[in-house]
Amino acid sequence: MDWNFLAAIGRVTLKFMQAVGHLSLFTVQTVRHIFTPPFYMRIFLRQLMSIGYYSLPVVGLTALFTGMVLALQIYVGSSRFNAESAVATIVVIGLTRELAPVLSGLMVAGRVGAAIAAEIGTMRVTEQIDALVTLSTNPFKYLVAPRVLAGMITLPALVLIADIIGVSGGFLVATEVLDFNASSYIKNTFDFLETRDVVSGLIKASVFGFIVSLMGCYHGFNSNGGAQGVGRATTNAVVSSFILILVSDYFLTVLLLD
Amino acid sequence: MAASQHTDAPMISLKNVCKSFGKKHVLKDLSLDIGKGESLVVIGGSGTGKSVMLKCILGLLQPESGEIYINGQQVIGMSPVEREKTLRNTGMLFQYAALFDSLPVWENVAFGLMQAHGVKRKEAKDIAIEKLGLVGLGPEMANKNPSALSIGMQKRVGLARAIATNPEIIFFDEPTTGLDPIMGDVIDNLIRDCTEHLGATTLTISHDMESAQKIGDRIALIYKGSVVWVGPAKEIENSGNPYVEQFINGDINGPIELDILKP
Repeated sequence: MDWNFLAAIGRVTLKFMQAVGHLSLFTVQTVRHIFTPPFYMRIFLRQLMSIGYYSLPVVGLTALFTGMVLALQIYVGSSRFNAESAVATIVVIGLTRELAPVLSGLMVAGRVGAAIAAEIGTMRVTEQIDALVTLSTNPFKYLVAPRVLAGMITLPALVLIADIIGVSGGFLVATEVLDFNASSYIKNTFDFLETRDVVSGLIKASVFGFIVSLMGCYHGFNSNGGAQGVGRATTNAVVSSFILILVSDYFLTVLLLD
Repeated sequence: MAASQHTDAPMISLKNVCKSFGKKHVLKDLSLDIGKGESLVVIGGSGTGKSVMLKCILGLLQPESGEIYINGQQVIGMSPVEREKTLRNTGMLFQYAALFDSLPVWENVAFGLMQAHGVKRKEAKDIAIEKLGLVGLGPEMANKNPSALSIGMQKRVGLARAIATNPEIIFFDEPTTGLDPIMGDVIDNLIRDCTEHLGATTLTISHDMESAQKIGDRIALIYKGSVVWVGPAKEIENSGNPYVEQFINGDINGPIELDILKP
């Protein structure tokens, strides 16, 4: 019984290490193909539209309501020790440094990561990836590199827009619901906001964009077993993106704290 | 049958190729030569290793041992860049066409021209429309999405894609599977006409005897990962080989063991 238990732990550990190794090789190959020609500009531009432009509504809506809720909640907390004037500063710092990149990353993972995994997974099970190889086209360069690069570039752009929409949402609630003075709210927002607050959020966003598109490509690329396999790849892409975003967020925050 | 214009030097050569998946040995010391300009059809039951052999030749799977030569070049262990160069002279028709859903028909046909041969889009589109014409599809099909086509039409587009770059070698994976007899005959005729027109070497995987005899100069029978018979297509009816006889007669009794319980 004990030996069976140990064997089970060993099997799980080996499987985990194998997955880590496989993913590491996939990542190295992806990064290499991003920087070496040929570059598929048309595919890259299409991915910019698909990952960035079409994610705007969902990211914008998330940012708007997050900013609105944040203003209300911080007001509740800060009014307990008469620090209502800090609402604007905490909203903008909370959004730019943390909430806009993380929530945008999670929303894009749900929308784009799943779509990438499903598309590439379907291409795998219908032999379209094999067809690419027979047509002398490297699937890493054609499918993976443009998506990962587009993810790294578009997510910071989305987060920048989310910052603006989120702060506007906070402003709207503060002035319309909480009776803050508009000009003093704006002054408090910008007086204490530093460039590094925004930049650290954008760095996080770029890493999250890399994670989301890489996970989508990785799980799609390695899917097997027909429709069920594609479904499994999609779920795994979203779940692993969520986990990696949250885990890497902590380490990035530590790294970018100063 | 296709006109035999092949020379003795093999265009494709497999020597003692072995491939396993776990404990299952799919290819066992498989050896086969295909001459330049020859049309060879490999027949055999499901799961005998025909498609695995094709994937090993194309580099989609790596055999454990053995040698595979294309035009005299050993392809096992080739770098991806060298393999891409080798595959520029080949075309492939997949069992279910494997057309790219995200691209219109003409871009599917012109894909190899644009990506591997650097042909400009405008010129590539003209060539694609010309190739679609060769497989009996009009220019009005060029801008359609592959998902809007019947399986027969998809196969014809797949065939147009396979011949688009005028390759020296063309592979066909079960070209008539899933088609009605009339469409199957249309595809057979197209394959024969296109390959004769190009003078290409072809390797076809099939278990359709009628199709095999129509397309092939020679036929090889694979059983349990090895070639058990190879000979001219016109002699298959009188091969005297018990495996071939059982296969072409579709007899349940004989040396070919089936993975099913006999009644």
